[in-house]
Amino acid sequence: MSFLVETILSGLMAGVMYSLVALGFVLIFKASGIFNFAQGVMCLFAALTFAGIIEKTSLPWPIAFMLTVGVMVAVAWAVERFVLRHLVNQEPIILFMATIGLAYVLEGIGDIVWGSDVKVLDIGLPSGASDFMLDQFNIYIEKLEVFAALIAAVLVGFLAIFFQKTRIGRALRAVADDHQAALSVGISLQTIWVIVWSVAGFVALVAGTLWGTKSGVQFSLSLIALKALPVLILGGFTSIPGAIVGGLIIGVGEKLAEIYVGPMVGGAIENWFAYMLALAFLLVRPQGLFGERIIERV
Amino acid sequence: MNAFVDPAGMAGHSGMTKGEVLLRVDNVSLAFGGVKAITNISFDIVKGEVRAIIGPNGAGKTSMLNVINGFYHPQEGTITWRGKVRRKMKPYEAASNGIARTFQNVALFKGMTTLDNIMTGRGLKMHKNFLWQCLHWGPALREENEHRRKVEEIIDFLEIQAIRKTPVGRLPYGLQKRVELARALAMEPELLLLDEPMAGMNLEEKEDMSRFILDVNQQFGTTIALIEHDMGVVMDLSDRVVVLDYGRKIADGPPEEVQSNQDVIDAYLGVPHEN
Repeated sequence: MSFLVETILSGLMAGVMYSLVALGFVLIFKASGIFNFAQGVMCLFAALTFAGIIEKTSLPWPIAFMLTVGVMVAVAWAVERFVLRHLVNQEPIILFMATIGLAYVLEGIGDIVWGSDVKVLDIGLPSGASDFMLDQFNIYIEKLEVFAALIAAVLVGFLAIFFQKTRIGRALRAVADDHQAALSVGISLQTIWVIVWSVAGFVALVAGTLWGTKSGVQFSLSLIALKALPVLILGGFTSIPGAIVGGLIIGVGEKLAEIYVGPMVGGAIENWFAYMLALAFLLVRPQGLFGERIIERV
Repeated sequence: MNAFVDPAGMAGHSGMTKGEVLLRVDNVSLAFGGVKAITNISFDIVKGEVRAIIGPNGAGKTSMLNVINGFYHPQEGTITWRGKVRRKMKPYEAASNGIARTFQNVALFKGMTTLDNIMTGRGLKMHKNFLWQCLHWGPALREENEHRRKVEEIIDFLEIQAIRKTPVGRLPYGLQKRVELARALAMEPELLLLDEPMAGMNLEEKEDMSRFILDVNQQFGTTIALIEHDMGVVMDLSDRVVVLDYGRKIADGPPEEVQSNQDVIDAYLGVPHEN
């Protein structure tokens, strides 16, 4: 029994980590209709910058963190200034292609500035097994994963309120829907894009920090973005709660599948299970669990 | 229905009085590459009037509106707004200058509710720090409630209470047009640009819309410039009419005068209306 619970819990925790990456995608997609292929690289770039600043300057980590936030805002500004501004009113596929290019540019800059070796990111986040759970229930859980879950909860709460209740949140949704109309009520597209890419950069930094703490800051970090894809398909591209629930389902699903289905088909299904699940989901509910199903009169 | 009365806030924010020239367009020409959309057009809009812009399809009417609210920058000519020659401005700046508009093809935020759509029109008037707004508490909540009240008044005024929480993508076309008008009104504009507010409506909807437009003009003193093809509506609503054809102005004056102008009949009306 406790083995099953442990499997589910560790799945949930892994799922939270996927969700954090997926969140960044949702933000940009929700506010600009762009599928930002560079989101994974932004996680990597943020973590790399964070670790790099600590390593090179030995500043205390909160200051390094703030500096990194500044760098991500600068990246957001540059993306708007040099990429998005020139592609206003273009097809989504063109913007998507631009973000692929952006991914390579960011990865290259990260490599040139901070080097390509694996960095240790140790800012004193809790690590090791939770003694409490081990003693009381004989269940093994990483403290870091519990911490990640808390962070994710806070972030999601904050973002939900930000989008639903604030003036800027409303403006973000407005821009996603109709550029012309947004302009006509006095919303500056440029400002909104800088804001949303900054917020996505911040989320990327949080996700990158947690992943970097867990497995070291290395370039393969950008590949976890691929795991965020099935999460998004499951949860819906436009839904913040969807990113979380999708992440949890994928996390638990792949752990359970590995343990209970894996032996029947020769194991190692954890790597592709998420994609199969997403594929099956696409056939049944293409807008995802929580995605907006836009019913339009034609 | 008449709760939405705020002449001080609504009409008078530039301190101009009725009859003064609010906006003047002088010798404006606009071309897209080799295509001339507008050629050397001059006219003015005075405070408090309903000004119609009419003409056949492709005459440059919508281009003219786009010039007025800063979406397009004319290659030649000047635009004088509230007595000052206007510099080249960014498209989103028209709103803060007191110019609101609706679009020919209904530009709403389709995924959002009617209420949220109208609330976006209040965005420029909300100033509280966004951290306060995130807390959704204290001054920010008070501010939000204040604007919410204003929006409810507009909702009452346009009689769209029933669809408050409906995502606008699901609404029938006539109601979408009305929500779009509501959003523009929420900005409390000094000049309201309406691009074919009655296109695609049935007779009853047209009558409703005409009534709303007149009410807005008379109760709040909002100056209105509208493009419309329905000549009956134009004659009923407008104080003055400017007629465009192939990007040129062919007539300008009160509706009856324009209606009997031979150039206008040849270019647009086809046969003289018989009254």
